[in-house]
Amino acid sequence: MAGPANEVDGLGRCQGGKGLEFLQPTSLTEALELKAAHPGAVPLAGGTDLMVDLNFDRLRPEAMLDLTRIDELKQWWPHDDLIRLGAGVSYTRLVSEIGEYLPGLAIASRTIGSPQIRNRATVGGNLGTSSPAGDALPPLLAAGAEIEVASAGSSRRMPFRDFMIGPKKNALAPEELIVAVHIPKARGPQQFSKIGTRNAMVISVASFALAIDAGTRAISCAIGSAGPVILEAPEADEFIESSLEESGAWDARSRIDNSVLQRFGELVAQGARPITDVRGTKAYRQHALAVIAARTLTWAWDDYMASA
Amino acid sequence: MRRVSLTVNAVEHEAMVEPRQLLVYFLREQLGLTGTNVGCDTSTCGACTILLNGKSVKSCTVLAVQAEGTEVTTIEALAQDGDLHPLQQAFHETHALQCGYCTPGMIMAALDLITNNEDMDEDEIRTGLEGNLCRCTGYHNIVKAIQQASSEMRSFATK
Ligand SMILES: Cc1cc2nc3c(=O)[nH]c(=O)nc-3n(C[C@H](O)[C@H](O)[C@H](O)COP(=O)(O)OP(=O)(O)OC[C@H]3O[C@@H](n4cnc5c(N)ncnc54)[C@H](O)[C@@H]3O)c2cc1C
Ligand code: FES
Ligand code: FES
Repeated sequence: MAGPANEVDGLGRCQGGKGLEFLQPTSLTEALELKAAHPGAVPLAGGTDLMVDLNFDRLRPEAMLDLTRIDELKQWWPHDDLIRLGAGVSYTRLVSEIGEYLPGLAIASRTIGSPQIRNRATVGGNLGTSSPAGDALPPLLAAGAEIEVASAGSSRRMPFRDFMIGPKKNALAPEELIVAVHIPKARGPQQFSKIGTRNAMVISVASFALAIDAGTRAISCAIGSAGPVILEAPEADEFIESSLEESGAWDARSRIDNSVLQRFGELVAQGARPITDVRGTKAYRQHALAVIAARTLTWAWDDYMASA
Repeated sequence: MRRVSLTVNAVEHEAMVEPRQLLVYFLREQLGLTGTNVGCDTSTCGACTILLNGKSVKSCTVLAVQAEGTEVTTIEALAQDGDLHPLQQAFHETHALQCGYCTPGMIMAALDLITNNEDMDEDEIRTGLEGNLCRCTGYHNIVKAIQQASSEMRSFATK
């Protein structure tokens, strides 16, 4: 549907593109067909990233594909030892309905924006934006999540590390949509922390997620806002796993030595590839990561020690 | 242009809107409900907070066409027959506003908080208001007003 030429609102900001076509499918099949017919149509979920770009006139799409009427995207269900999280589930619902299965993602979700943002915004949108500062992303990587994407007539699933390929770049083809995320149910404590310039509504300067698998005695870390993509820290993972094994801490459920925590923080910081930008310098990010990594591990380990 | 039908403050409306029209401008300009303010247009300040199907959202980042079939509540729905809502009364009594620009958004955000959370302490109220900025009051009296209104609304509900 073609609208009239650009109009500028009272604040001098454009409220959208010229002749914006607005597509409102009510099923996923219809949405994928529309995406195939209009590969340039920009998907709209909670709009908390997209509408800001539109209001600032940083983006003038020819067409938008509203995903908010598609029930299939707003559902989640458990299957095997995974949760299949529809791309359109809001953070508010994620926290209240599935937080117990996905504690790391729930902790991160609670830090995103404000209640008004969490009522609209989705994990699918965080993945769509693929910002290195996306707070839902480190917990997904640490938990070993897989992303399910689909186009008309086909779908594929890939590990998170194959999905996000650069700052604001992902493996999604123009005719594809993000459909769901498959996240293993937590097999032990998970934690997340982030550093910003103030407490609320900020873009992370550095973030860190950690998942403990109490069964296989494995620990996985993920680093956000300190590289072109969300990063793993295999050296830190191996170091902490073997120190816990050698000291017998898994069975004794004993505290982790300060020297071990410190070394762990250093290895995480060394695994990061931060840049200097308006939000922080490279050195600050590295320092902050060492601190929050040690702190996050302590929180998760406290949870492990308290668990029977 | 597109047709949308939605319920605003318990009144059904049908209107033609441009697909790019923001919900806040639809409310203000087409329905004349100017109680909802625009402070930033970028989802930061919270002045435009309304309830969409009972949940607080920032109406500067929702398109009017997306509100099709929804129930919208704005600040205008709160006072009944000239009687202020307990939240409005508490804001008045505790001096929780100066210029008043943030107030409609604060009250709508607070309404969602009070409805969805039992007995919030000061910290929880402050965290719950993280999406609403006030340049005048320093928040202290806003928190007090919400505490007062919250206990009044609860005792009223249990009577
Ligand atoms: C005030 C404010 C505070 C914020 N705070 C935070 C924060 O603390 N942490 C944080 O990480 N983010 C934050 N954000 C950013 C934003 O809220 C998140 O990135 C959110 O997850 C985006 O989700 P959405 O559903 O609103 O996405 P949208 O804005 O609807 O979409 C985002 C992008 O993803 C694409 N997309 C959406 N769904 C799909 C799909 N199913 N398939 C393919 N592409 C899709 C869109 O086309 C668009 O490019 C904040 C934003 C605001 C305005
Ligand atoms: S005008 Fe909507 S948040 Fe500021
Ligand atoms: S009273 Fe002036 S902005 Fe809050």
